[in-house]
Amino acid sequence: MSAATPVAQTRLSSLRKLIQRRVSWLPVGAAVLILILMFVAGQSYFGRFLTPRLLSSLLVDNAYLIVLAAGMTFVILTGGIDLSVGAVMAFTGMLAAKLLSTGVPTGVVIPLMIASGAIFGLIVGVLVNYFDVQPFIASLAGMFLARGLCFVVSLEAIQVKDTTVLGLQSVKLGTFEWYITPTGIIALLVIVIAAWVLGYTRFGRTVYAIGGNEQSARLMGLPVARTKVLVYVISGICAGVAGLLFTAYTAAGYSLNGIGTELDTIASVVIGGTLLAGGSGYVIGSLIGVLVYGVIKVSITFLGADSSWTRITIGILLLVFVVVQRVLVARGSRR
Amino acid sequence: MRRVLKNRLLWPIGALVALIIVNAISRPSFLSITVRDGELYGSFIDILRNSAPLMLVALGMTLVIATRGIDLSVGAQMAISGAVALTIIKDSPTPNSLSTIAVAVLAGVALTLLFGLWNGFLVAVLGIQPIIATLVLMLAGRGIALLITGGFITTINSTPYAFMSQGYALGFPFAFFVSLGAIVIVSLVVRRTALGVLTESVGINPTASRLAGVRARSITWALYGLSGLLAGFAGILYSSNIMAADANNAGINIELDAILAVVLGGTSLAGGKFTLAGTVVGVFIIQTLTSTITFLGVPPAVTPVFKALVVIIVCLSQSRRVRQWVRQLWQRLRPAAAAKSPAAPTQGAVA
Repeated sequence: MSAATPVAQTRLSSLRKLIQRRVSWLPVGAAVLILILMFVAGQSYFGRFLTPRLLSSLLVDNAYLIVLAAGMTFVILTGGIDLSVGAVMAFTGMLAAKLLSTGVPTGVVIPLMIASGAIFGLIVGVLVNYFDVQPFIASLAGMFLARGLCFVVSLEAIQVKDTTVLGLQSVKLGTFEWYITPTGIIALLVIVIAAWVLGYTRFGRTVYAIGGNEQSARLMGLPVARTKVLVYVISGICAGVAGLLFTAYTAAGYSLNGIGTELDTIASVVIGGTLLAGGSGYVIGSLIGVLVYGVIKVSITFLGADSSWTRITIGILLLVFVVVQRVLVARGSRR
Repeated sequence: MRRVLKNRLLWPIGALVALIIVNAISRPSFLSITVRDGELYGSFIDILRNSAPLMLVALGMTLVIATRGIDLSVGAQMAISGAVALTIIKDSPTPNSLSTIAVAVLAGVALTLLFGLWNGFLVAVLGIQPIIATLVLMLAGRGIALLITGGFITTINSTPYAFMSQGYALGFPFAFFVSLGAIVIVSLVVRRTALGVLTESVGINPTASRLAGVRARSITWALYGLSGLLAGFAGILYSSNIMAADANNAGINIELDAILAVVLGGTSLAGGKFTLAGTVVGVFIIQTLTSTITFLGVPPAVTPVFKALVVIIVCLSQSRRVRQWVRQLWQRLRPAAAAKSPAAPTQGAVA
């Protein structure tokens, strides 16, 4: 009997563990539910809504946002925030367009884009970690810097004629109905890599630990400082990749690209179930958050309504999710 | 001397004076003020007038930041109040009558007061992080403003409405009096009553102040309302300056400028102690900087680079690590300086 009790206890605790694990997936489930509900509502209202073409374009049109959201998830998981992503995306796109127009080979330009994104991330990360600047302000400085440097590169839009870059968007693989472009593949690849890093590497678990309780993580001997800088570098790298995808998408570099994208990204990540306080959330959720955002945008176009409704709907949805999260966290801490 | 050095306003005022000196050297006309028909003109006067919307927003932001909060929605709220006021004036048959203007202004400001209270509700009652709670309205607000104006840029002709930002009274721009009035009223309310101290206590430790009997929730709630109200007035001034309600561009990025002004003035983003005088100086620094950059012939679009540098420098000067470095450097330099001039202290003693 004395042997049976611990067994029963471990069984019970493993059950509890399972429930707890499900609790952290709950917001993601809610996002999936909303996405499905929107699909159903769209299909029943518009009739021809849920077509393979629409589903394909949902992924392809929002590829850059998916990449940004993946990077942002890392930052938000540590309890930080990165406002610089939209501006950095615009800057890397601008830089690429300028370099390509002067005849620099594509093989040099693309690594350079990603590296410049990483440098912006590094600046923000060092400010946050070594100089105790609040993430909000540090990334704000990064945003100002990147946005201003865009205009230093060029005040006018620069057209991109490079076939490799344009091919990322124009090459359509698959059938006429179900298709995917290289940009979509890159976005999905980023999601897979990010999910793997967060779930199965030492670095990824450290990210969650810092978001859960930074003090404890430090006392446990985890490399808090290095990790906190690295999450911003990752976000910067993602902004660089997003810059590539966005340039391929718009076929031009323009300084005013991506204004407000940081807000769309944060909204998508939050809708996808990542807690803004840090420590809980999944990259898959962020992907779903972006898809929800994409469906809202498409539905409003279908309705022929004013595009300002996109922002209003996103705002309302963000509100609902934040309140729900708040309730969940309050219940969790009471227990 | 020590008291002067210790004053928190020293650095902001020093920065402002340095900026003014740079301007005065690079363009002598900067300091000159001309009188035309009893009205004052000049770069200084322009700064006083153009800083009015930012001043209103930054005052509200200071108090919100003092409670450990932040209000990102002020720019969107400016767009809303401008849109409401101009739509009312446009639809009224008497766009020049004072009563129409009063109704329009009151309606616009009342709406933003409500939105401010809504922010306060989310933060103080539901306990949502201020950045996110106000982000909701920042996202949705411009959409709401666009709906009010029907997606167009509403333009009007109304002399009294234009007077608010373009007119002159007693030789000074009327907008200057608006910002002066806001400064005086807010500082009186905050510093001549216990509200300021209570706000600081809420910012320093919300739980402790609640246990001590401070109504932390109501104070936070009210201050977000005040921020909305002031943003509403700022939106009215902005729309009166261009006589148009531009839902997309009214007050764009003003929340960032306002936060920058507050931080430049010496209020910490961590909440607690705040200084309204510092914020006023911070607003003038930003406005002078903008005017300088425009004068230097740099395209206005590049302005963010300068702002980024200012933000980074200010943040670094507030950071503990840098202060420690400076102190170490200072201590290493001081013995050397003392050895070089041993006569200096005796001279001082004789004098």
